[in-house]
Amino acid sequence: MAALVSITVGTVDISVSDALSALTGNSVNTQTQTILFDIRLPRILLAIAVGAVLASTGAVMQGLFRNPLADPSLIGVSSGASVGASLMIVTAGGFIQSGALLGLSLVAVGAFVGGFAATLLVYRLATSGIGTSVTTMLLAGIAIGALSGALNSLLSYFSDNDMLRQISLWQMGNLSGASWTKVTIMGAVALLLIGLFPRESKALNALLLGESEARHLGIDVQRVKRRLIVLTALGVGVSVASAGLVGFVGLIMPHIVRLAIGPDHRWLVPASALAGATLLVIADSLARIVVIPAELPTGILTALLGAPFFVALLLQQRKDM
Amino acid sequence: MSLLADNISLHLAGFDLLRNISLQVEAGKVTAIVGPNGAGKSSLLKVLTGEMVPTQGQVYLNNRLLQHWSLLDKAQLLAVLPQHTMLNFPFTADEVVGLGRIPHNTGLSKDREIITEALDLVDASYLQKRLYTQMSGGEKQRVQLARVLTQIWQASHLGDQFLVLDEPTSAFDLSHQKLTLDIVRQLADKAVGVVMVVHDLNLAARCADNLVVFDGGVIAAQGSPEAVLTEALIDKVFGVKSIIAQHPVTKRPLVIT
Repeated sequence: MAALVSITVGTVDISVSDALSALTGNSVNTQTQTILFDIRLPRILLAIAVGAVLASTGAVMQGLFRNPLADPSLIGVSSGASVGASLMIVTAGGFIQSGALLGLSLVAVGAFVGGFAATLLVYRLATSGIGTSVTTMLLAGIAIGALSGALNSLLSYFSDNDMLRQISLWQMGNLSGASWTKVTIMGAVALLLIGLFPRESKALNALLLGESEARHLGIDVQRVKRRLIVLTALGVGVSVASAGLVGFVGLIMPHIVRLAIGPDHRWLVPASALAGATLLVIADSLARIVVIPAELPTGILTALLGAPFFVALLLQQRKDM
Repeated sequence: MSLLADNISLHLAGFDLLRNISLQVEAGKVTAIVGPNGAGKSSLLKVLTGEMVPTQGQVYLNNRLLQHWSLLDKAQLLAVLPQHTMLNFPFTADEVVGLGRIPHNTGLSKDREIITEALDLVDASYLQKRLYTQMSGGEKQRVQLARVLTQIWQASHLGDQFLVLDEPTSAFDLSHQKLTLDIVRQLADKAVGVVMVVHDLNLAARCADNLVVFDGGVIAAQGSPEAVLTEALIDKVFGVKSIIAQHPVTKRPLVIT
């Protein structure tokens, strides 16, 4: 529904009927056709996939860390990705458009590699002979986050005005670079995550009791942790690579969904995915139309939309208590 | 069959937490562990449940090394109630109790039936749809007790089952303390082996078949409550002067301090 409305809005207005007839294979004029299939449709699909991945990994991380304030960035993936991207912008500035790998820009590749490397480092730091300590992992994530912040500032300091603008735009999160290649990769990752997460939902429920309690319930805690962290790093890494740092979705959407339907991960994870996808599609549609003919970065809109809604929910909850 | 600790020692960060402990928790019996704070009671429970690996010695569950059981099979035989559970997500009581059915594959309707019966047994039916995060300490502990009970609700084809309780009655009022002891007795009559850490010596004397007294990482005495509870032992272990009388009704030893 949101996606259907979204396809019609933008700098060029396209009517719902035109959009529908184009999507169902009937011919409309070429310009409309191009806008729909080369720009808007991939962008909406990308928004759906990124939103679903960010929100579902957020729900999973909050369960794994037994902390409703956790989000995917806690394991270092976002900060690492941000350094990777900045590094690419600053060192390979001239090649960004031309030097493409698999149709993805070097920035995206840098972001993915940076994100994955940071997660690996955090995970290694927190893993000892007796297993992975969630507390150490949180602290290591904060340390790596601070280090990344410093590296980012350093890179910004050495960059010229144009690079600086690119870095900050990228950090706001933006879906305007959507292409069919990105949609394919991102979509495949989203489907993989949505397919694999349900197998771990009972384990996540048990983990909310505590790690030893989960072990007494027959859960191989270490294996569950490793799997979920790898899947999250993959999902968020690819998301950040294809859309930049879209904040808020991973932290707040699972929270909102939990307030509505409770903490049972069998429902929480898929419902968060759906809610995250919806939020991002709406936010991205608004991003396209609020300052026509220009566009706002999507990340600004997700926070602008989600934060008041969240505050309203909190107030509601306080009234109920 | 039994849950057996064979000559266990545990050293951790330069401290001898347990030294040469041998203890047999028999199926169908209640084993109560008492002792001063820091005597090693909880450490022993952690070794018995596989949470900690002893520096020396072995633990056997039904004559098979504990670490040789798969996690899932072990979970069907051994349920553990910790002293505190750090659950701070708003599950309802029946959702929390339902977590105890994770190791089993009995289907939704059977699980629901067991959950309702378990909540009823611990006098917590009225909590069923209430949020765990909004309950009192005693209510939370009763819900957790119901959870571990559902884990060993039905006998297993894998062997005898065991229930490990770490201070189960610490948050309970008088009537729920008695209820817990009754439940423990019922379980023992159904051939479950129960091992529990308690602080109240009279509570221990009332329910234990085998009473184990811990002191400084070693077992100071074990046997029937009548044989173990003497004025000299209580003075030596707890440093408290006491009189041992006999309970007029249960005929169990009664420690008066």
